[in-house]
Amino acid sequence: MNISALTLPELGFRLKTAGIFLQTGSFVTHLRTSIASVAEGIGLLYADYPLVEQAGFADFHVSLACPRTLRRWFKPQVLFLFDGRPTFKPLPLDQAFPMLEWGLNWCVSSHANRYLIIHAAVVEKGGHAAILPAPPGSGKSTLCAALVCRGWRLLSDELALVRVSDGRIIPLPRPISLKNESIDIIRHYEPDAVFGRKVSDTMKGTVAHMRAPAESIVQAMETARPAWVIFPRYQAGAATRLEVLPRSRAFMRVADNAFNYSLLGVRGFETLAGLIDASLCYDFSYSVLDEAIEKFAALKPPAP
Amino acid sequence: MNSQPLVLRAFRQPGSLRSLSLEDWDLLLRQARHANLLARLHALLDEHGLLEQVPQQPREHLEWSHAIAERHTQAIRWEVGRIQKAMAEVGVPIILLKGAAYVMANLPLAQGRLFSDIDIMVPKESLNAVEAALMLHGWAATHHDAYDQRYYRAWMHELPPMRHVKRSTVIDVHHAILPETASLHPDPAKLRAAACALDGHDGLRVFAPSDMVLHSAAHLFHDGEMENGLRDLIDIHSLLCHFGGLPMFWPDIVERARELELTRPLFYALRYAALILHTPIPADIEEAASRTGRPNRLMLAFMDSLFTRALLPVHPSCSDGLSSSARWMLYVRANWLRMPPLLLARHLFHKAFISPKAE
Repeated sequence: MNISALTLPELGFRLKTAGIFLQTGSFVTHLRTSIASVAEGIGLLYADYPLVEQAGFADFHVSLACPRTLRRWFKPQVLFLFDGRPTFKPLPLDQAFPMLEWGLNWCVSSHANRYLIIHAAVVEKGGHAAILPAPPGSGKSTLCAALVCRGWRLLSDELALVRVSDGRIIPLPRPISLKNESIDIIRHYEPDAVFGRKVSDTMKGTVAHMRAPAESIVQAMETARPAWVIFPRYQAGAATRLEVLPRSRAFMRVADNAFNYSLLGVRGFETLAGLIDASLCYDFSYSVLDEAIEKFAALKPPAP
Repeated sequence: MNSQPLVLRAFRQPGSLRSLSLEDWDLLLRQARHANLLARLHALLDEHGLLEQVPQQPREHLEWSHAIAERHTQAIRWEVGRIQKAMAEVGVPIILLKGAAYVMANLPLAQGRLFSDIDIMVPKESLNAVEAALMLHGWAATHHDAYDQRYYRAWMHELPPMRHVKRSTVIDVHHAILPETASLHPDPAKLRAAACALDGHDGLRVFAPSDMVLHSAAHLFHDGEMENGLRDLIDIHSLLCHFGGLPMFWPDIVERARELELTRPLFYALRYAALILHTPIPADIEEAASRTGRPNRLMLAFMDSLFTRALLPVHPSCSDGLSSSARWMLYVRANWLRMPPLLLARHLFHKAFISPKAE
């Protein structure tokens, strides 16, 4: 059963009482909250995700709650609780849904050490995955959103999970987080895209989440083979340019963007070396989305 | 309160975990994670050949934490090497304490045991030289406030923690195992004299087996950090199970506790290890420890009510309405034991009214 089978009041009631067991990629999250904006965000952006009935087991037990301090009467706040323990400083209540998204990323990135976890978007076409590692502000999510609106499958817009045992990429499709101008750029680019509510004044500016394509969610258990590692950079007015990047430099830059590279020790090194060996590596600058999409469509996978 | 939290069942009878349902595993992992014992649980299952039988989903979590523990052990070994190198010219033997000692001595309880600081002990007269050597090699003092400096240097049993400027690793340099101002005074010279050399590591030592247990007991039951209470009790449990087979270990520990003024902590350690983790302790030893270290009946009943709560994981499934007040009272007790009343009053006054203004 998918979330969309529940009406919003039903979903809200479940979230408030026993909670829901939500399947995202290979992870099951047990989520509880009585905050209406979160229920609304889940109903809208997670409509196509499976609910696990009679789960018995959840990877992460998560709740969002308002701290019961005096402050709740004039400036209410929200806490992200990981099995009852606050993991971050509280945020204004208005930011509850973005906080859930950040918290869910944290759940995976700080625990799932069977994977080399890279701060990167991943999209796939024809069985070949493109990994887009980048620091915030480089336009990674914008490019990722545009690509999935034009037929690429979304594996993740935030976390590339490279399985240590075989080097394959594990999908974790979740809503794509867009910031500031990117929100209107993508709205304009794909008028049919479904967006959650805009939340302003977060630590990342104004954010809104775009629903992941339904097909990507259906294929969330199908792993992909890495083919390209591409470092995107949005630059106003820049020409669309794809430049070959020496593998050694690509290696170091991916390592810089990995959450658990040093924690995994020699396995981290081997996994990353395998990833770079299997991939063609590029620097990519762009300013026009249509041209960027064309460039991606023309990418040749590495010779087998 | 749940009469028998699953995490206790795991350490009492690892074999009984074979019959757990998936729901039970879910709860066990949550309790273990809150008690900082997830990687330790992995080690326990591995040691008993039970890992293969764990359902796939919980096993995944155990493997995740195992990756952290492996890296942790490697990092500790490397860091100890750095410390050894920094202290080479000082020429005093370094005694490793607690976590770092368990790792370097390859004790079974080191498997999957996560901790943040490295603790060492050196003679009090060498403190200045040791501190200078560490500073030369990149460790810097963390507490710059004049009052904090005095608190550590005049009253405590350790220097203010030192943090390495590049690696951010923290080292605590001790000269004794309890504060100078505490009511109990285990003689550091006696502890140093009995310390054992570590094979293959010149200049590194660890406490003798009974001293290791007594230190752990003093730390948990007299110096009272309850944050990792269950983990520390499991340390005592594992040390007792590991060393219990040595000839003379049991009679020695009772005698040694008397020599070091640690009969009360030993009594508590044996009592709560047996009560909570079913640690096998010879009956005559239990009796001997009780003769020398047992408080009066009223006090014991009170302590039982505190420790049987505070030593469980801080998780809703292991708590009742009194758990948090038990932890709070033990925290107050630890401070009470740390300093005489007037000094404590002065310390609390300073921390409450003067330190905040200085910031």
